Amino acid sequence: MDARRASRTVIDPKVRHVGFFTPTAEPAPSRTQSGPAIPSSPPLSESPASNSLSPVMIPPSRHLSDTVAIRTAAVPVPESALRRKDSGEQVPVGSYNPSESLLGTSPVASSPSSRVGDGTLEFSEENSVQWYRRSGSGKLASSLPGGGLESATLRTPLEVPEKSAMVVSKVQNEVPTSSEPSKAKPTKAERRALQEAQRAAKAAAQAEGRKPTPVSGGAAPSKPVKQSSQKKETQKKDTPTVASSVVASDKKGGDRPPDRRKDVPPPRMQFDDKSRVEKAKRRAVVNQTEAKNRVELFRHLPQYERGTQLPDLESKIFQLDPMHPAIYKVGLKYLAGDISGGNARCIAMLKAFQEAIRDYSTPPKKTLVRDLTAKISSYVSFFIECRPLSISMGNAVRFIKSRVAKLPISLSEAEAKSTLCSEIDRFINDKIVIADKVIVRHAATKIRDGDVLLTYGSSCVVEMIFLHAHELGKQFRVVIVDSRPKLEGQALLHRLVAKGLTCTYTHINAVSYIMHEVTRVFLGAASVLSNGTVYSRVGTACVAMVAHAFCVPVLVCCEAYKFHERVQLDSICSNELGDPDAIAKVSGRTDVNYLDNWANKENLQLLNLMYDATPADYISMIVTDYGMIPPTSVPVIVREYGREHLY
Amino acid sequence: MAEVQGLVNELATKLRKRKVEGSRETARLTAELFRTVISQQRVTSAALVEVVRDVGQKLIAANPVELAVGNIVRRVLRIIRDSDLSLEVGGLTLVPQGDDGDIVEEDDKPFLLSDAISQTILHQPSLVAQLESKPNLVRHFEGKADKTPRSWQFKHQIIEGVNDLIEDINTCHEQIADQALELIHQNEVILTLGHSRTVKKFLYAAKEKKRSFQVYVAEGAPKHLGHVLAKELAEKHLQTTVISDSSVFAIISRVNMVIVGVHAVMANGGVIAPVGMNMVALAAKKYAVPFVVVAGTHKLCPLFPNNPEVLLNDMRCPSELLSFGEFSDCMDYSIGSGAPLLNVVNPAFDYVPPELVSLFVTEIGGYHPSYIYRLISDYYSSEDLVLQQKPAS
Repeated sequence: MDARRASRTVIDPKVRHVGFFTPTAEPAPSRTQSGPAIPSSPPLSESPASNSLSPVMIPPSRHLSDTVAIRTAAVPVPESALRRKDSGEQVPVGSYNPSESLLGTSPVASSPSSRVGDGTLEFSEENSVQWYRRSGSGKLASSLPGGGLESATLRTPLEVPEKSAMVVSKVQNEVPTSSEPSKAKPTKAERRALQEAQRAAKAAAQAEGRKPTPVSGGAAPSKPVKQSSQKKETQKKDTPTVASSVVASDKKGGDRPPDRRKDVPPPRMQFDDKSRVEKAKRRAVVNQTEAKNRVELFRHLPQYERGTQLPDLESKIFQLDPMHPAIYKVGLKYLAGDISGGNARCIAMLKAFQEAIRDYSTPPKKTLVRDLTAKISSYVSFFIECRPLSISMGNAVRFIKSRVAKLPISLSEAEAKSTLCSEIDRFINDKIVIADKVIVRHAATKIRDGDVLLTYGSSCVVEMIFLHAHELGKQFRVVIVDSRPKLEGQALLHRLVAKGLTCTYTHINAVSYIMHEVTRVFLGAASVLSNGTVYSRVGTACVAMVAHAFCVPVLVCCEAYKFHERVQLDSICSNELGDPDAIAKVSGRTDVNYLDNWANKENLQLLNLMYDATPADYISMIVTDYGMIPPTSVPVIVREYGREHLY
Repeated sequence: MAEVQGLVNELATKLRKRKVEGSRETARLTAELFRTVISQQRVTSAALVEVVRDVGQKLIAANPVELAVGNIVRRVLRIIRDSDLSLEVGGLTLVPQGDDGDIVEEDDKPFLLSDAISQTILHQPSLVAQLESKPNLVRHFEGKADKTPRSWQFKHQIIEGVNDLIEDINTCHEQIADQALELIHQNEVILTLGHSRTVKKFLYAAKEKKRSFQVYVAEGAPKHLGHVLAKELAEKHLQTTVISDSSVFAIISRVNMVIVGVHAVMANGGVIAPVGMNMVALAAKKYAVPFVVVAGTHKLCPLFPNNPEVLLNDMRCPSELLSFGEFSDCMDYSIGSGAPLLNVVNPAFDYVPPELVSLFVTEIGGYHPSYIYRLISDYYSSEDLVLQQKPAS
């Protein structure tokens, strides 16, 4: 199992080049052995495999890497690096035999990137809490710009030190269990790489020794205290000798199952759970009254009366309790529906946080990290009361919390605040603004002269694509499909026609009529989930389905920060319900008034779903800032992207 | 005679202005008009066929998309021919018309050329028989124009037939609804789109027999008649949920059966339905939800569809989608360039291919789409399949 881990660590770095980039490194000659044996490796990871490989692969245990990460943070690495060398030179340790040691060394051969792979392994399922913890060890690279394609490549060489250290400690664990025949001796180049890595590791360890990082603390508010204290214990044990670290990690192996369970995303609030709803209500700022005619199928989602909260909240604006005015303002805008669209909502939230952080001062007898995290959590729960968070916003919140959690203690309050503000700015810039530019550039290559492009609703990135292609002088026609009750397409129609694009406007029912002439479908997305499901404005699934039936390619344009490791099969389990009155009222049609006082009819419910889940089968391609990928490669992005919260 | 002409024109105008709502209403009005026309006529069956065909052509031209008119015209023609036959069996040698109710007759249809050709080759003898049959028929009618009591009896029979037809049209909802219990079980979740009286009666019938079930109604933009249906169902204490058309895909995975009414049933088993139905049918197919079409036999059209999305479609007013203010704002931008930058497409109908339909429920029972051709040959005479014969010859 451990040997396998090692091999995966080597393979994964290539995964960075998601999309159709040319791989820079050739596959290693032993690829034939390793290739077929990688069950969960994404389609794009056909890049260099290591020599060490076992034919069957079981997903690596995550907790192991956790301990490794922690150890690298706290343990003086030079020691272990030395040991590494020893094992490389086949000094028996425990029940360890020479041929296996070769195996063990192989991961180090391509070490520069092995760390990357290791990181990605865990993040596929890990939740934010672990990211914070890991971030302690990842400090070296944290000074680098967080996102973007370029930064990724930049980052890799710098990661070497920690990585090799980690590999080292890992190898020790691996050794006893691996029973693989050795595949190939490390080449000279590989050995040199190894040595360099170890040297760098030494330096890194020294650097790290100087500033110990807050490992758990306020970073993991949702985690039981027991867990973190246990971790600290392991760290302490690790410090004296490496041997004991092995023991410790073995011990850790014993309690793996609970650890693993914590890694899946925490379950969302289920509104059919009465006791929890009551509890949440007591804390709530926004007064919600349950809607009368609730839809039975959606009991698990909040169904509240609309229109009553806003005046209530507005009246409360001057009795500012703990809420920052900027937060309050944005929350009200969510509630009123003034801000909509994934990116707009996310940016508004981040800007509000930024202001709140600027005006923040640590109360006496509290630490900034803990208190600010708690503050942000309370802000977030206020936002949720106003309108359920979108997945993209959830990701952004996770990002901020991780940033807060890993603020070095040595920083003064002012420094910490300015760091956080600039981090937020960078997030907005890298993940949204630049990402959109990259997407537009990619997607525009898929537009040919004479195309008829269909889009549904109003997605800002799709609009940018059309405008960009128009600026490039491509001749095409746009079909805008719209649907009630939001009719977002009308605004898009306005903007596109104003720019001189030829547009056809129709409603969603006519989509099978219009699909005959369409050559490409461009859709936006609220989120892309790990099983390839595209979670988007309701109706997207219909459009994609019809396009699929008519053999028209469907391109989903979505920034990678909206990807999420959750999976979803239908649109029922998790969704957002809009105002049911919007269904009853047809804008601009006074003749349609059959449902005017529907609330009085006990058997009549109105259901205004906000999102739906498009199955991956209907999606031909997802255009993201990492390139153009098939929906099956989404977990790769999630894994890779999760890592970026770290550095 | 003049008032008959007036009535015809009146209905034609109504049809042209799309003032008649629903194919059942159209069918009923058409049948009643023919009853008047026939009762006013003092001619023999041959002339009657011509007269009915003339009136029929006028009505069809008024609204070529309303296939129910053509169906009724053909049904009336069939009644005339049948009563004529039954009268003449004694007096004359039987005209070789035996193939009347056969699949073979379908080679008269204008649309599927390849089919027609293959059938022509396969059934050469019967085609010959058919070609010869018409002159025979006409010739022999001419001979007996003077037999007054007979022609009176003949006309009476026809009127009876048309009355039966009207009766059928009026009662088809009830007869279809009678089958509801066999298709709807307890706690069923049913989805429907828009508003159809047939569906409404169907669901009422199941509810009255103490079945309790749940109905999702997609509103059916741009008419939003789903709201009407939902309101009416809720008043009958059916658990009703209105959803927007875009949520159909999201909801369909929790639905047991889709029951819809349609505009017309084509000879291949495909249906012309209110816009949006193809989307619903595709979603139902994806989740293997039975897609049941309830339709009276007056909707049965003996034509094969050829590019039905375009040829058998109506374009409705854009203002249903885009208010005039919005529209003119957008048009302002395109004035400079000459060509309009904005098109608004608002079709009235959708074509659902037969492979997406699970079942047809008609007043004479339930049928698979592949069997529709047989029903057609039961109801229509092969000579009438193409009504516009005169201009051609």
